[in-house]
Amino acid sequence: MSDYEFQEQDYSKKIDMKIWKKIFKYLIRYKKLVIILIFFMINLALADAIFPQMTQRAIDDFIVPGNIEGLESFILKFCLLIIWQSINIFIFISTAGKIEMNLTYDIREEAFDKLQKLSFSYYDRTPTGWIMARMTSDTRRLGEIISWGIVDIVWGFSLMIIIAGFMIAYNLRLALLTLSVVPVLAILSIYFQKKILEAYRVVRKINSKITGSFSEGISGAITTKVLVGEEKHLNEFKEITSDMKRSSIRAVIFSALFLPIVLTLSSVAIGLVVWSGGNSVIQGVITYGTLVLFISYATQYFEPIREVARVIAEFQQAQAAAERVISLIDEEMDIYDTIEVQEKYGTILEPKKFNWEELKGDIDFKNVSFRYKNGEEVLKSFNLSVKQGQSIALVGETGSGKSTIVNLICRFYEPTEGLIEIDGVDYRKRSIAWLHENIGYVLQAPHLFSGTIEDNIRYGKLDATAAEIIEAARLVNAHEFIMKFPESYQTQVGEGGGKLSTGEKQLISFARAIISDPRIFVLDEATSSIDTQTERMIQDAIEKVLQGRTSFVIAHRLSTIVNSDRILVIEKGEVVEEGTHDELMELKGHYHNLYTNQYRENAFKAL
Amino acid sequence: MKKLNKLWHFMRNNRGKYILAIIFMGVSVGFSLMVPVIIQMVVDSFIGELPSDHLLIQRIIQMPGGREYVRSNLWIGGLAIIVVTAIYGLFLFLSNRLSAEASEDIAKNIRDRVYDHIQQMPFDYHKNSDTGDLLQRATSDVETVRRFLSIQLMEVGRAIFMVVIALYFMLQISWKMTIAAMILTPIIFFFGYIFFIKVQKAFKISDEAEAELSTVIQENLHGTRVVRAFAREKFEIEKFKEKNKSYAEKTYRLIKYLAYYWSISDFISLASIGLVLVSGVYFTYMGEITLGAIIVFIQYEYRLLWPIRQLGRILSDLGKAIVSSDRIQEILDGEIESDQENETTPEIKGEIVFENVSFAYPDNFERKVLDHVSFTVKKGQTVAVIGRTGSGKSSLIHLLGRLYDVDDGRIMIDGVDIKNIQKKWLRKHIGIVLQEPFLFSKTIKDNINFSSRQSENSIYEAAKIASVHEVIEEFEKGYNTLVGEKGVTLSGGQKQRLAIARTLVNDYPILAFDDSLSAVDTETDLAIRKALSERKKDITTFIISHRVASVYDADNILVVEDGKITERGTHAELMALRGYYKRIWDIQMA
Repeated sequence: MSDYEFQEQDYSKKIDMKIWKKIFKYLIRYKKLVIILIFFMINLALADAIFPQMTQRAIDDFIVPGNIEGLESFILKFCLLIIWQSINIFIFISTAGKIEMNLTYDIREEAFDKLQKLSFSYYDRTPTGWIMARMTSDTRRLGEIISWGIVDIVWGFSLMIIIAGFMIAYNLRLALLTLSVVPVLAILSIYFQKKILEAYRVVRKINSKITGSFSEGISGAITTKVLVGEEKHLNEFKEITSDMKRSSIRAVIFSALFLPIVLTLSSVAIGLVVWSGGNSVIQGVITYGTLVLFISYATQYFEPIREVARVIAEFQQAQAAAERVISLIDEEMDIYDTIEVQEKYGTILEPKKFNWEELKGDIDFKNVSFRYKNGEEVLKSFNLSVKQGQSIALVGETGSGKSTIVNLICRFYEPTEGLIEIDGVDYRKRSIAWLHENIGYVLQAPHLFSGTIEDNIRYGKLDATAAEIIEAARLVNAHEFIMKFPESYQTQVGEGGGKLSTGEKQLISFARAIISDPRIFVLDEATSSIDTQTERMIQDAIEKVLQGRTSFVIAHRLSTIVNSDRILVIEKGEVVEEGTHDELMELKGHYHNLYTNQYRENAFKAL
Repeated sequence: MKKLNKLWHFMRNNRGKYILAIIFMGVSVGFSLMVPVIIQMVVDSFIGELPSDHLLIQRIIQMPGGREYVRSNLWIGGLAIIVVTAIYGLFLFLSNRLSAEASEDIAKNIRDRVYDHIQQMPFDYHKNSDTGDLLQRATSDVETVRRFLSIQLMEVGRAIFMVVIALYFMLQISWKMTIAAMILTPIIFFFGYIFFIKVQKAFKISDEAEAELSTVIQENLHGTRVVRAFAREKFEIEKFKEKNKSYAEKTYRLIKYLAYYWSISDFISLASIGLVLVSGVYFTYMGEITLGAIIVFIQYEYRLLWPIRQLGRILSDLGKAIVSSDRIQEILDGEIESDQENETTPEIKGEIVFENVSFAYPDNFERKVLDHVSFTVKKGQTVAVIGRTGSGKSSLIHLLGRLYDVDDGRIMIDGVDIKNIQKKWLRKHIGIVLQEPFLFSKTIKDNINFSSRQSENSIYEAAKIASVHEVIEEFEKGYNTLVGEKGVTLSGGQKQRLAIARTLVNDYPILAFDDSLSAVDTETDLAIRKALSERKKDITTFIISHRVASVYDADNILVVEDGKITERGTHAELMALRGYYKRIWDIQMA
């Protein structure tokens, strides 16, 4: 995995329509809402353009002639206009909000669905943090930019067009004078908005560096103290905060420059209107009201330009987020059921269980080779035949290939060459769901989900009754400690099971595995040290769980596997020793060595 | 106002800049409000024929042909607008720039101080602290304060200047019109203030829903293996959908509240403009004010409404800034390690004497982990400590490095009580390798070269002694490999060996290993100790271990049980004792 692959890429300079088409595809589902939104945005812009005309009316009809006849109907019109505008505002905000939420929801859902289908090779090469960022901040950003982007663009363009239209209708010469600064205004706005966003992007990057430094500074504080690295660390940190200060000020200067420049430019338009329009008033070509109207329009014009420029710049920035999210959604799956298999056995979301054969538990590796995506070869022409009900123990160093064998059995990976048969049939001819429903799996580092203990055990069998859950817990010696909690089975385990000890988590994960009554049992045994009593309980649980099932145990504590039917010592993807515990001890080879070494260490711990 | 004290205190080095920024803000607001006045003059006195109140204008008009001149040269008015706007812009820029400089400097100082403080806090604090909470204070609370000082404070200043200056100009024209213009503004302000206080709850609900959604995703990603192995994809998708929906709904509710707010607030604002317009019509009809004056009022009204709305919102946020500054101050008020007057920096050679040392950890002060412990280590000797988990072994090292101070008795190094030695000076002479080392997400080289600047050769040398050189060389980028999420994941044993190399790269007269080879196999353990004793001959070494193989060749072996030394001597002597040590030896070395 290359280092830079998962760093946030700088955004591409050009708008890539292909990416945005894919994103806008989600928008089509909400056509109606979008049409409503556009309609009300145009209304909003229209009302915005009409308000200055009310001032014009007031001046020309009442103030200049010194007359108040018809004021009532003017007031009424003004009131209606206000109500109309308030409605526009309410509807546009709530509609845009609805679109935003729907989009975010849809994109997240599709990405999550995809994540449930992607194989482990994807997870191997993609850090969890990267996926999290796509699922949370990137999707939120896309939802925001699309819905509120529509708002600003539609409003901005319609307001510009409407005002331009009104101005031309009133007086072409003045209209052209006012609009003369628009091109410069537009170019400057786009330039500055881009610069501003870029500058803030730098700030955000440094900010996450600061967070990282704080996080390490806190977690590593004791290490720093012991090695007296305080000064060096503080100096390094100060460099980052100075950098932050510099970049933040730079970003502020850009935005602080933008507003005055643009204001001055539009004041040129106002100045021109005052000069030329004033003359027209003197000559009687236009009224006072119209002069004031043009002054208002000249003041108003720069705002839609600024908004549109901002949205364009934001779209450019959000493109990187869009690319990343789309790359996740479009990621190709490499382990999936063929169409034929899906037709017969159903999909993972809609399994056709009535077509499922019973799984007995014979497993055969036939000339299986496996290499990881990065080219590392782990197994080469590996053969293994396991009869139903046999217990197999796998022993070997990290990287010897024992985990790979288990992952292949679970079809977390598929062989690159050769095939694996279950009950005499290539397992790719049956569905993944069928296999997984029949596998019980207990992990080295047991992973629980937040929720109650009961929820976690039920995970193994969704329709389990309370009695079944208690029975499963009893079987694996978990019932007792569960009952010691004041809320027993309703105890919240916390995020990732954090409120329980490792040993407790392990026992619950055994209960979770046993409740589904699996035909194949896989146990990636724990290395973590737990107290002797719990260890004994776990040992006992393991023995019960393995009975009558085809089982694979990746053993670290060799005492666990003394009773296995077959112990395989794996080295560099090959079986170097095989037999029962007694046979292997007699052989006085690798296994004998490992076993005696461990015995000593354990004996000491038990002292 | 007392609550604002801390914020004021944070500002102390930048108050001058702030004051200047606020003054410039006032100047810019003043100039911005002049534009409508210029328009008024042009309309009333240049185009129209009314006398002006302004002396300068009066004089121009009263000059012979003056009136005709300005009438035919209206560009003067236009130019005046441009110049005034440019000056307004200039001061706005200066004000923003100054306040950014000040607030960013404050933010930097707070960050640096918090970081420094965290590093200086005692060992005991870090052992028990809540990392997440500390991190949040250091990052998001600082950000809240920064935002307040950089943006919100200036906005408040702007709004106040705007109201005051506009009021002044308006009152000059007509107090009746001023009432019409201002009568609705308190409602707009209070409506915003109350709304944003009330809606904070909805913001919180939305945030919490988002956090729950994140947790579901996070747990799914971490538990992928479990999900797959149990074929629970559908179940997970349902669970996710529920949270996804709940977030969308709660956030939509919040947006809807905001939609109510903006439409109502806009309604009142527009009504306020309508009021100005209609009363303007009325008062001109009564002959009280001029057309130009109405233009001024309308333009002022438009300019006033936005800052007044913002003001309500900002003031409702003020509470957050105060809470955040309190939370930051709490860290800064925490006790830190500092040098005392009696502490000196004597030469440290390596003779260690523990005299009747007793100690209990502060969080469990009833349980003595060391109970009147005495022993002597001569310079260059190796002393090994062996005993059960929880027997108090590690505390010996904690005390030696003054991570804690003894409760009773004393520890002497070269005849000096370590209470009289500066902590950092002491630690600079004792190389402590912790049981659970923390590696920083830097390159391996930078990790080894942690607190000093050593040559490449001494880095390699240290790595070789720690038996980790070959492992590092096998990485694609060798010593430049990044450690952590973005780089390689190291095994427990590799981490421990790197931590040893990190210590050995410096020349310490005293080394202390706190069970730091527990995850390394026996052979590597031996190799490391052999390399150590060969190359670093006159170093006093402390080894704490649970393995007899790691301790048997020490000059002096101490067996610690329940805070007391129960056996001491060389391997041969202890074997002859036939006590605890021999029992372990028999089991482990059989």
